[in-house]
Amino acid sequence: MAKLNVNIGALSLKNPVMTASGTFGYGVEFEDFIDLSGLGGIIVKGTTLKPREGNDYPRMAETASGMLNCVGLQNKGVDYFCEHIYPQIKDIDTNMIVNVSGSSPEDYAECAARIDALDKIPAIELNISCPNVKDGGMAFGVTCAGASSVVKAVRKAYHKTLIVKLSPNVTDITEIARAVEAEGADSVSLINTLMGMAIDVEKRKKVLSIGTGGLSGPCVKPVALRMVNQVAKAVQIPVVGLGGISTAKDALEFLMAGATAIEIGTANFLDPAVTIKVRDGINQWLDAHGCQDIHEIIGCV
Amino acid sequence: MKKYILDLSVKAIERLSDKHVLLRLTDDKPLPDMLPGQFVEVRVDGSSSTFLRRPISINFVDRENNELWLMVAMVGDGTRKLGELKPGDTLNCVLPLGNGFLANSQKPKAQSYLLVGGGVGVAPLLYLGEELQKLGCEVTFLLGGRSEKDLLELDLFKRYGRVCVTTEDGTMGEKGFVTNHSVLAESFDKIFTCGPTPMMKAVARYATENSIACEASLENMMACGLGACLCCVEKTTEGNLCVCKDGPVFDINRLLWQN
Repeated sequence: MAKLNVNIGALSLKNPVMTASGTFGYGVEFEDFIDLSGLGGIIVKGTTLKPREGNDYPRMAETASGMLNCVGLQNKGVDYFCEHIYPQIKDIDTNMIVNVSGSSPEDYAECAARIDALDKIPAIELNISCPNVKDGGMAFGVTCAGASSVVKAVRKAYHKTLIVKLSPNVTDITEIARAVEAEGADSVSLINTLMGMAIDVEKRKKVLSIGTGGLSGPCVKPVALRMVNQVAKAVQIPVVGLGGISTAKDALEFLMAGATAIEIGTANFLDPAVTIKVRDGINQWLDAHGCQDIHEIIGCV
Repeated sequence: MKKYILDLSVKAIERLSDKHVLLRLTDDKPLPDMLPGQFVEVRVDGSSSTFLRRPISINFVDRENNELWLMVAMVGDGTRKLGELKPGDTLNCVLPLGNGFLANSQKPKAQSYLLVGGGVGVAPLLYLGEELQKLGCEVTFLLGGRSEKDLLELDLFKRYGRVCVTTEDGTMGEKGFVTNHSVLAESFDKIFTCGPTPMMKAVARYATENSIACEASLENMMACGLGACLCCVEKTTEGNLCVCKDGPVFDINRLLWQN
């Protein structure tokens, strides 16, 4: 059996397979299907300083090989998370990582600071790339200045591993990656969803309540893979790859493109046990190809 | 209630109407516990335009024959593909999902229940009727359709209670909508309803006006079915709740009916 453990900054993962925020709840929703401790990490639902109701229904549209969503960061706020959810998830034997979002650098920093105080949360993923909220979210992630301002504020308030999740809805994602690296991010994860639209021809109306949504699923994989490869070459910090991963082969492609770890998102909806299958498939591939350590293939292309 | 991912085998597929089929699924092992009103997320193989699983309510659980029955309304590419399944085919199912009709309410003693269904929304009421009959309750089904051919499984419903019918064209039962039926003059302790939203809203109004407890089963568009993606939310007195996990059955007093 090959060595599967990887490091993201100070964070040690037993294997490179994590779950993408917003697709795996708080992990417990999936414990009937898989042993959660078999994952490298679980990135829980986006959390904000204040509670958010999210966008109106309909929030989802199915597309060919994927889906659009405009959930809009529905969550009960960081205080509720710390008080009610954290006690339920803190003893899950994997890296429990909180995805943090906000509408101003101060918001992000305050939210991050509260999570910094939680012993069993070793890292956060900063969401500067949500396409579904008006105030903040992607607004920060599409300019170097915006991205820098958030990471700078959070870096002062947060002392553990800081992963910054990047938006693909930009002209040059490597510029944003370099900007957040310069402000002290320990890692970047990419890609968040691609902005899209669906129209109901019978009703002659846009399907989603806010008109647009984020596209995810296998249809985005080639775009994600290209961006991961570009960013991995542009920065020194480790890259976490995501976007349409549903099989071990998909995950291996991202690792070979330069990702140190990967996240599985939409595929969890199709097969709630997919994460463990991907982990096992990576392991089998490495064994079958005589690899002793997963690092032999990371960035090999 | 523990959830499973199972490859169930199609034992039989029956055509119930030009738009509806009944899938009778089985497994080598005994099927898991399932409550009336819960649902199954089925994977649709071989339809290129169908990406997500399809949520299908549990029509009936035949314990004697170890069968799970799913009534499928063929309304799109995915459900039409399900209608093409053959005996011996495999259907990948995540189940059981959602809260069910009797999960939140106290186990009833001898009460009179009115179960109001319309269209494919009648599906979960069959299993519910059986369960209520077993619990010693008095069950009245009130089932509505546009026409006679839309009324499905009537013989089966008759096993578990009195069956009242309305059709919009008057080809069977009383002419009109379910909320016009004469049986509503009688008194009931509780109403369960499942069907098109306008029908459920009308039933909810009737229940409120007559101070009858009422629960409705919703069917918002879903992705995960597990409460993870937050796509299928319904506005309630407690904010947005997931139909897949917090529902699909809700007390009508919690619903704001805004969708």
